[in-house]
Amino acid sequence: MYIKEPYFTKVFKPFIFVLALVPVFILAWSFYSKNLGANPLEAMTHQTGDWALRFLLISLLVSPLKRLLGWNQLTRCRRILGLYAFFYASLHFITYLWLDQFFVWEDILHDIVNRPFITVGMLAYLLLIPLAITSAKFMIRLLKKKWIQLHKLAYVLPILGIVHYWWLVKSNIYEPVLYAVILLIIFIARFICTLKKNTIGQTCE
Amino acid sequence: MKITKTNYALKESEVTEESLYLDRRQFIKKLGYGTVLLGTSIITPSLAKKSTKSLKEELTDYKSITQYNNFYEFGTNKLAPYENAHTLKTTPWNIIVEGECEKPGNYSLEKILKGMTIEERIYRFRCVEGWSMVIPWNGFSLASLLKRFQPTSKAKYVYFETLHDPENMPNQQQDHLEWPYIEGLRIDEAMNPLTLLATGLYGKDLPNQNGAPLRLVVPWKYGFKSIKSIAKIRFLETQLESSWQKANKVEYGFYSNVNPNVNHPRWSQSRERRIGKYRKRKTLMFNGYAEEVAHLYKGMDLKQNY
Repeated sequence: MYIKEPYFTKVFKPFIFVLALVPVFILAWSFYSKNLGANPLEAMTHQTGDWALRFLLISLLVSPLKRLLGWNQLTRCRRILGLYAFFYASLHFITYLWLDQFFVWEDILHDIVNRPFITVGMLAYLLLIPLAITSAKFMIRLLKKKWIQLHKLAYVLPILGIVHYWWLVKSNIYEPVLYAVILLIIFIARFICTLKKNTIGQTCE
Repeated sequence: MKITKTNYALKESEVTEESLYLDRRQFIKKLGYGTVLLGTSIITPSLAKKSTKSLKEELTDYKSITQYNNFYEFGTNKLAPYENAHTLKTTPWNIIVEGECEKPGNYSLEKILKGMTIEERIYRFRCVEGWSMVIPWNGFSLASLLKRFQPTSKAKYVYFETLHDPENMPNQQQDHLEWPYIEGLRIDEAMNPLTLLATGLYGKDLPNQNGAPLRLVVPWKYGFKSIKSIAKIRFLETQLESSWQKANKVEYGFYSNVNPNVNHPRWSQSRERRIGKYRKRKTLMFNGYAEEVAHLYKGMDLKQNY
């Protein structure tokens, strides 16, 4: 598959950019129009978290999709999708600090220490920060091999995200399991690619 | 049916508007129940001409109480019970009474309600998930019913079971929990005057998603102890294991008293968010009912017996 230039750059990429913003607009509108149910702050916390995890997975789906469709341009969308994961994770983080805890640091610290799902969530967010900072193109040139190593973290983050979600839910683990299955497929695709790479020299990043 | 009003008054108070309580009937009217209420309610008396003196905390609105529920038989998200519980068949309704008592049997709901005085009781309701409500229940004390069955001296615990009807309670086909849902109380907890069997809220028959036609309300315990749509009551000599204990012993104990000092691995129990409010408030020991119930746990280590 291939989209002609300048359409890929001028139309497709901006389209992805705007599409990725839709959830936050829907969320903001739902909040404003009081459509988030009886516990809107909880709904906001959950939805921003959902989207952070989804974008982590979507950004990892870029490479296998590229190979599957033979659509090499797709790689150029990966950075923005990864940054959206950071964007939604940041909203999730701020929602927690502000709307859930109202910056009561004592309670936040207590949460991080005593609630395993929050410990893991915090860790995931902390690890996401360096990836966001080094996402710019010149950073790739600057850090070279280190950049590739650092950005392998992208495969660790959704694991943490899923564990974070799994440990939160009380009994219905359907959704975290669903995300885990998607991640497993990503890992399998990556593994298969690595096997092939050894024979035909394809790249898997 | 005789109607009295008992208020286990809510003492600690933040902003309180008495007008809100007065507004209540107005509010129900707005929802469209106003006149219907007087005519059709069998179980729950209308709230007409009630005193307005004792309310100290703002009531949670009817919509939130009836559209933000944990009733896993109908789905695990908060809105699902509201959307799905219409399939619950509440008539006819029978409750099997068995175990250590003189008068076991299969009792119809009509028989159980006969001669009962329906009271209004405004209770705080605290969920283990860290949110809370203030709910005007209608019902009668559990003790008044249990006494009728004449529990023997061997009856040390009371076991409750929710209806098991996978056809009409679709999530009972899933294994999120072991069905039917089971809860229990120590006999002295069950006999405490605070412990309520609710038939309604806001002066209206209990909506299905809130546990129609008859549910338990134990205001000093986390919400999951207040079992819904009760179909079986059993008097036991030994302690039972509740559904949530079976699901996760470390997190859910038999007592599950509201206790800000006992940490929970998922949710803070030291504070809570009152539905309808944003900022959290401090959770009170025994959900603010220490005066009424603390004596039940004298000498017990509540960190061990969570």
